[in-house]
Amino acid sequence: MITTLSRIIKYGLDGFIRNGWLSMATIAIVFLVLIGFGGLIIFNSIANVILNDIQDKIDISVYFKLDSPEDEILKIQRSLESLVEVKTVEYISRDKALDMFKTQHQGDNTISQAINELDTNPLSASLNIKARDLKNYAVIAAYLEKEQIKPYIDKVSYTQNAFVIDRLKKIKNTVEQGGLILIIFISLVAALIIFNTIKLAIYSNRDELGIMRLVGASNSYIRNPYLFQGVLYGLFGGILSSILLTAIIYYIAPYFKAFVPNINGWNYYFSYLFKFALLQIFFGIGLGVISSYIAVRRYLRI
Amino acid sequence: MIIFQNVTKLYNGNGHGHETVALDDINFHIHPKEFISLVGKSGAGKSTILKLLIGEEPPSKGKVVVGSYNVNKLKPKEMPQLRRKIGNIFQDFRLLPNKTAFENVAFALEVAGRTQKEIAEFTPQALEMVGLKDKIKNFPRELSGGEKQRVAIARAMINHPDVLIADEPTGNLDPMNTWDIIKLLLKINELGTTVILATHNKDIVNSLGRRVISLEGGKIIRDEEEGKYILV
Repeated sequence: MITTLSRIIKYGLDGFIRNGWLSMATIAIVFLVLIGFGGLIIFNSIANVILNDIQDKIDISVYFKLDSPEDEILKIQRSLESLVEVKTVEYISRDKALDMFKTQHQGDNTISQAINELDTNPLSASLNIKARDLKNYAVIAAYLEKEQIKPYIDKVSYTQNAFVIDRLKKIKNTVEQGGLILIIFISLVAALIIFNTIKLAIYSNRDELGIMRLVGASNSYIRNPYLFQGVLYGLFGGILSSILLTAIIYYIAPYFKAFVPNINGWNYYFSYLFKFALLQIFFGIGLGVISSYIAVRRYLRI
Repeated sequence: MIIFQNVTKLYNGNGHGHETVALDDINFHIHPKEFISLVGKSGAGKSTILKLLIGEEPPSKGKVVVGSYNVNKLKPKEMPQLRRKIGNIFQDFRLLPNKTAFENVAFALEVAGRTQKEIAEFTPQALEMVGLKDKIKNFPRELSGGEKQRVAIARAMINHPDVLIADEPTGNLDPMNTWDIIKLLLKINELGTTVILATHNKDIVNSLGRRVISLEGGKIIRDEEEGKYILV
């Protein structure tokens, strides 16, 4: 078992080194695929972080009619809180709204005077609702239309962020789809190049292969060194692309702070570095082994 | 026991529809430990018989049996097992030029999955048997034709095959070396291995005094114990 394994590795390495330049070119193309693949993953997580950040700032505010009893409002708050779609509901009473208004316009004499001249509080009580997901806002809006609730409501307002979020999501989806197509395309190119490399490796080994066959080498014994070469292409490609992407992230992370101030991009990436590198290497090895396997099946007469 | 039963082999002429008959309804048996010579002109069908034996080509019709293997029914997976039962040597030796004599022989053991320890033990023994103990570290380019063929024989015999197929093994050798190789084949045969020798060399066949199968145009024209090389 160990003997066989060490021979597979030995023959695989022999072929890898013998066709050195070709191996380099193959690693380079696997590397390109993985840069694309890794870049897409990074883009996706950055977009998600930004989206979550903005999403967190979005809410629905429900303003109640001035004569709505506080009991009813609190009842509505509780019923909203029981919905799965709802993350939080914050109650702002009329008094609190007035306080907030006053602090907001502290320096503005005209407004303070105008408020003081009124003998009643002109502001309505409100509930600020945050949903778990963007989609849920429609459900919540529909819920507020219900018979028991609607009579108390003065108006419902969405914050304008919804538009931004929608745009951002569309951009994210487009980039993801485009990126995926691009990755599939360069993966195919990479597979073709690996085919060619293995084909040449088989060609340069044809004497040995003929003798192997003649003295009764099992098919897997003949095939496995080439699969091992595929593993090497993926492994080196994966390591290189992880290193390059890490370097890139290191340099762009400070700029990332401009978008999302409360997250340290570098630390965030660094906490996923190991998983990320492993994912890249596995993807690379998968690509290498599958392409090698198909090439061996096509070109190696066993 | 090797059996060829009503074996016909047709080659397709490059898709032009012209089929060439390489073997035409061949029948013969070879018993264990026999030494037989296959003789005939080029294209008579000698090589085709050898190819069918090791399963490199399937017969178009008929049955080829080697020991317990029905060669034309073997799955690709079982083919290596058959080939380990059959040693092969060729006119052009087919040694790996960048491996030493030792490594060339050891290669056959590696492929059969033997351990390094076994390789270190068996390889020198095999090279000693063919009289090349001193040249164990030489590369093929440093060996004479006869020595190269002896390395090839050591490689063919190292997995203890039941049958040794020698396809024109002396075609590239001078008379002295030729006889050395033939003597070696006889010695191998005495030790219990079936030897099938395909050759053009009339002198060898006539002096062997063993069974001779003569082929012409894909048919057996003569099959005699203690045969002679007689071709019209």
